[in-house]
Formats: sequence, C-alpha cells, structure tokens
Amino acid sequence: MDELIYLAWTVTKILAITVPLILGVAMFVYAERKVIGFMHARMGPNRVGPLGLFQTFADVFKLLMKEVILPSNANRFLFLLAPLLALAPAFAAWAVIPFDAKLVLADVNAGLLYVLAMTSLGVYGVIIAGWASNSKYAFLGAMRSAAQIVSYEIAMGFALVGVLIAAGSLNLVEIVEAQRGPGGILSWFWLPLLPLFLIYFISGVAETNRAPFDVAEGESEIVAGFHVEYSGAPFAIFFLAEYANMILIAALTTTLFAGGWLSPIPGIPDGAPWFFVKLFFFCFFYLWFRATFPRYRYDQIMRLGWKVFIPITIVWLLVVALFVVKQWLWWAP
Amino acid sequence: MAEIRNYTMNFGPQHPAAHGVLRLVLEMDGEVVQRADPHIGLLHRGTEKLAESKPFNQSIGYMDRLDYVSMMCNEHAYVRAIEQLLGIEAPERAQYIRTMFDEVTRILNHLMWIGTHGLDLGAMALFLYAFREREVLMDSYEAVSGARMHATYYRPGGVYRDLPDQMSLHRESPWTKGKDLDRFNAWRQGSLLDFLDAFSQDFPQRVDEYETLLTDNRIWKQRTVGIGEVTPERALQLGFTGPMLRGSGIAWDLRKKQPYAAYDKVDFDIPIGTNGDCYDRYLVRVEEMRQSNRIITQCVKWLKDNPGPVMVENHKIVPPTREEMKNDMESMIHHFKLFTEGYCTPPGEAYAAVEAPKGEFGAYIVSDGSNKPFRLHLRAPGFAHLAAMDEMVRGHMLADVVAVIGTQDIVFGEIDR
Repeated sequence: MDELIYLAWTVTKILAITVPLILGVAMFVYAERKVIGFMHARMGPNRVGPLGLFQTFADVFKLLMKEVILPSNANRFLFLLAPLLALAPAFAAWAVIPFDAKLVLADVNAGLLYVLAMTSLGVYGVIIAGWASNSKYAFLGAMRSAAQIVSYEIAMGFALVGVLIAAGSLNLVEIVEAQRGPGGILSWFWLPLLPLFLIYFISGVAETNRAPFDVAEGESEIVAGFHVEYSGAPFAIFFLAEYANMILIAALTTTLFAGGWLSPIPGIPDGAPWFFVKLFFFCFFYLWFRATFPRYRYDQIMRLGWKVFIPITIVWLLVVALFVVKQWLWWAP
Repeated sequence: MAEIRNYTMNFGPQHPAAHGVLRLVLEMDGEVVQRADPHIGLLHRGTEKLAESKPFNQSIGYMDRLDYVSMMCNEHAYVRAIEQLLGIEAPERAQYIRTMFDEVTRILNHLMWIGTHGLDLGAMALFLYAFREREVLMDSYEAVSGARMHATYYRPGGVYRDLPDQMSLHRESPWTKGKDLDRFNAWRQGSLLDFLDAFSQDFPQRVDEYETLLTDNRIWKQRTVGIGEVTPERALQLGFTGPMLRGSGIAWDLRKKQPYAAYDKVDFDIPIGTNGDCYDRYLVRVEEMRQSNRIITQCVKWLKDNPGPVMVENHKIVPPTREEMKNDMESMIHHFKLFTEGYCTPPGEAYAAVEAPKGEFGAYIVSDGSNKPFRLHLRAPGFAHLAAMDEMVRGHMLADVVAVIGTQDIVFGEIDR
C-alpha cells in the first residue's frame, strides 16, 4: 500500500512538472513568434484569442488532426519511434532541476551526470528520424546533427566539469548552494567561469539545433532536415521536444551559472520566482539569436566547436582548478 | 570494401531556396558539390513568341512579367528598342521619369535580393525590413500606373501619363487608426515627388540598418567571403553583367558606358568589388542602393522644377487625349487605329539594352514593317549568370550553393522567359 501511495505521489509530481512544461512550451512558442515578430517589424500572431494567445493551441489541434504520412520506403517502427526518443530525454532531464531548495523531483547526487546523459540522448531521435525517413535531405540533416553533437558535447561536458570543480559537487541543489555568497549576483558562477558560461550557453544553442546553429534543420539548404518527412502528430512531438530542450538548456544555465533560485541582491529573499526570472532571461536570448543571426555553415560549426570552444574550455578548466587548489575562491564567501 | 559512390540530389524545383523554379541536379560527395547541373524551362511562357502575334504596345505588359522584381527596367529596354525602330525620342521629362523609375526599380530589386539572400543564409530579419521599404516603392508604382507590380507604365514615345499631383491616403480602418494612420499618411500629404523625396531622405538610414545586421557580422562574412569567386577575366568570358561583373572588379555599367534616358545628366558612382566573391557582390549591391537613392533625389529635384510633356505629340504612335478624341474626328480615327491595328514600324532591326538591376537586359527586335515584331529576342542577364552556376559552386558545400543562388540574384521569369 505504501508503495502504491509512493508511486501515485511520484506520478503526481511528474505531472506537476510536465504539464506546466507543455503549457510553457505552448506559451514559449507564442512568445517566440511575438518577440521575433516585433524584432522583424511585424505583428506576430494576433487573431486566435485575445492578442493571439491561443494560436499555439490552435496549431497543436491542427497538427493532431492531420494525417500522419508514412513515406513508403521509410522504416515504420523507427520512423515513429524517433519523435518519442527526442521528446523523452527533454522531459526526463527536468527531474533533477531544482526550482527551489526543496522543490526538486529527484534530489540525486549524480544530478549533473544525469543531465549530461539526458541532454546527449536527445540527438538519437534526430539521427534515427533522419535515417528512418529514407530521404536524402533528412539523411543529410541527421549526419549534420550527429557531427554537431559530437563536437559540442565535448565542449559542453568540459564546461560542466568546470562547474563541478568550482562547486565540488554533482548535486544540482548543492551546486546552487555553492553559488550563495555575499556578493549576490557577483558570487554566481557566471563570473569566475565566464568563458565556460558563454561556451555552455552557446553549445546549448547548438545542441538544441537552434539558429544560428540550426544546420540539422537548415530550412534553406536541406529544406527541413531530419524532420522533412514528418507531418501531423509526430512533427508536433519534434516541435515540442525542440522547445522543451530550449527551456531545459535555459534552466540548466540558470542552475549552473546563474545561481538558480538565489536572489541577485543580498537581502532580498531567495525563491522559485528568481529561478523563473532567470529562465525567461535565457530563453529570450534564444529568440534574439534567431531573429538576428545568419546561419552557420556546417563545417564552420565544427571549426568553432573543435578549434575555439574546446581549447578555451580546457584552458579555463586548468585556471579554475588552480583557483580551487590554491583556495583563491574570491567569488565564494 | 564497398564501393563509395557520389550521390545525386535534386535541389528544387520545390525548394525554399530555389528562387522560384530552379531545378539543380547536384552531384554530391558528402556535403561537397562535385557538379551542379541547372535545369531551366519550368517557367517558360513563350514571351518572345507571344510578342510576335501582338501589336508592339500590347507586349509591354509581358515585359513586366519577365523579371518580375525589376519590372520597369524590362519595359524600358523593350520600349527603347521600339523607339529606335521608329526613330523617335521621348521628351526630356519622360526621360527623367524613366530614369527615376528605373532607379526605384533597382532599389526594389536589390531590396528583394538582400531580403532573400539574407533569408537563404538564415538572417530572417532582413527579409521583413526590406519588404517594409519595398512597400513604399510599390506605392509609388501604384500611384503612377495603378498597379503595384506589373506597371506597364512606359510607352514608346514617353510614359503613359504624368506623375500624380497627390497620393492616395490610407483610410481609417479597425487595424490602422490613430497614430498608425498618421504614420502611414505622413509622407503622402503632397505629390508623388514629395513622397519619393521623403523616401529618399529616409532610405540611407534604412540601408545603414541592414548593414549593421550583416556587413560586419562574423557569420555573414564566413558564409560569403571566398564563396563563388569569379575572376575578372572569367566573368567577362562568361558574359556576366551588372553587379555580378562589377563584383569581380570590372567597372562596366551601361548607365555610364552607353548612357540612355537621363543618366548622363545625373551624378552617381558605380561601385566595384575586388575579390569577386559573394561578399563583394553583396557590398556592390548595397552601395548601388545608395547610389540609386542619390539618382532619385536628383531626378525628383529636376522633375519638380521642370514641368512639360511626357509623351511625343505624334498621334500615329501615342493615343490622343480623351477630350480630343470626343471632339475631333481625326483623333477618334487615330485612337481607333492605335488600339486595333497599332502602329507599323519601318522594316529593320534594333537592339536596345538597359542596365537592369541584375545586369544588361536587352531587347532585340526584327521588324518586317508590319504592326507586330517579326522576331523579338530578349537578353536576360540571369541566363548567363545561371550558366556559370556549375563552376561557381564546384568544390563548395551544399550550404554555399544557396549562397551562390542568392548572390546571382536569380529570377526565373527572365531566365525561362
């Protein structure tokens, strides 16, 4: 009986995260269209519901109504599995994100490793989708995505190692606590780990296949890349996964480098609202990038990853290690 | 070991970056293009053949539909060829109007180009900024001709009618009201010339805006510098014209070399590139927009000061006014003859070319003395540029193909004709 209650309680908690997340994705899509619209000197959606707020829901319903077209030469099983493979890790990773000191689904000690594992898994959905579609454009998209992930996973991993060294823990709650200091915003890891912070966020953009690194999708080159053959609900799931991933990366950046739920000025109480403020802040950058930057070419992304990001992260890892060994923890209390 | 083969990929005709109906068959080695084979003809409408079955004037509208982003320049070449056959010359005011509208067209075209080129390389914002400005110029098209794109405004012997003294105003609606309405109507209080004047005052800042987004952007430079390089010698051999040729460093511009209309009376510079890559061609076109704006300013000033006729007086070629037609038998006959039979040109041949935004656009007419061309040939600049596609993209990556299509400023209306 106890087990049953535990199970029900856990499922409730999971739903308490995923349902708002899905709604958050819907609102994020709307926000993206509005924000980019204003940056582009146009209106954005403004017809469905007040100020166009229900536009995303209308789109979702439309997509769910549409026929799921299975290309005749596609591998049916993998073709339908791929969107789920993309979606599941994007949601699963939220288990360890602390919204507040107490507000975390699974306060596991290997939280950082778990996050790393989950964010890397998402690419399998993309690769399998590209492969199973049996289309040249989709295949090129999958290949690009695979190469891109290999390059950026390393830089991203090294950036996380920097956080690990600075915080001395893999537990995300403890990582946030390690950023508590008298300096408020200046005590957070973004300052001592500034290069790692930038690299982590940029790699995160690359990892989620967003502009300017959206070569896997490469709308003007390979049409829609890995999901060119998808329609209806499977497409909607890819869409959901992409945006859930974006929010996830923003949440991770918040947690790891921007002090999670901590308040930026000492004296003002901490709490979950700060977490969401920071989350919105980082999400906004995604939109800003998309509205302004041209797209990188695929080999240029590789070059950026291998020749710029990885050397910088390695050098800064040594610097951070030196700080820690010598106890020059000038950012901490 | 398994044999590794190149694979072919069908790029277009339904492709977001194919600029209409370009079909490229690409032979790819991974992401690297080994051979590009452009296929044309999907938009062939037989314009040249159609023109053979119609009186001269009735084909002017077809010219708009060739390169459908540089409408009036196409008309200009055709109309000038007819004028050469007839041995007439448009009045000076008409020449200035044509010059002004050629430059309006050039800006229209280059705005379209910068928008789509940006969009192809992922810079979405440019497209919408460019279309915001295009809107204004489209309105000027509408003001003189009633049509926003396919103007059919030039005529052998001048232009269809003089510039309007007032602009139509936006009316209040649930969507445009209050401040928005005032903003939309701010430039429209005076004549068309005032309207264009306001535009040309404002436009340089807009070009600066585009440039801040692209010119020094590292990603933009990485995507365009060194892509699709063409040496000056090769550009000449390939028959490049316009910005494609000037981007390679050859200062060839028909407006300077063989001045027509009022180009010898206005002051402007022609920008040239040095490396002949996509980035140079980008800079050349951006500078051309600024120069076109300069020409517009000068034309507006001249046109404000010098009223006069915009058509020749010869009613064998141009229709009489409505009033004359109602009161005068001879005008009535002229009108009837002109709108049924048209006019006959002396037998012979004529070639007239203008510096269209994309390069040299020429019309070659052979006349047998009847009221229709015996043969019309149109020289479209995009055709020669597209022919160089293979050698421009060979060895580049798939993403660069898109950049090269963008830089060639391909419009299929003129290539397929």
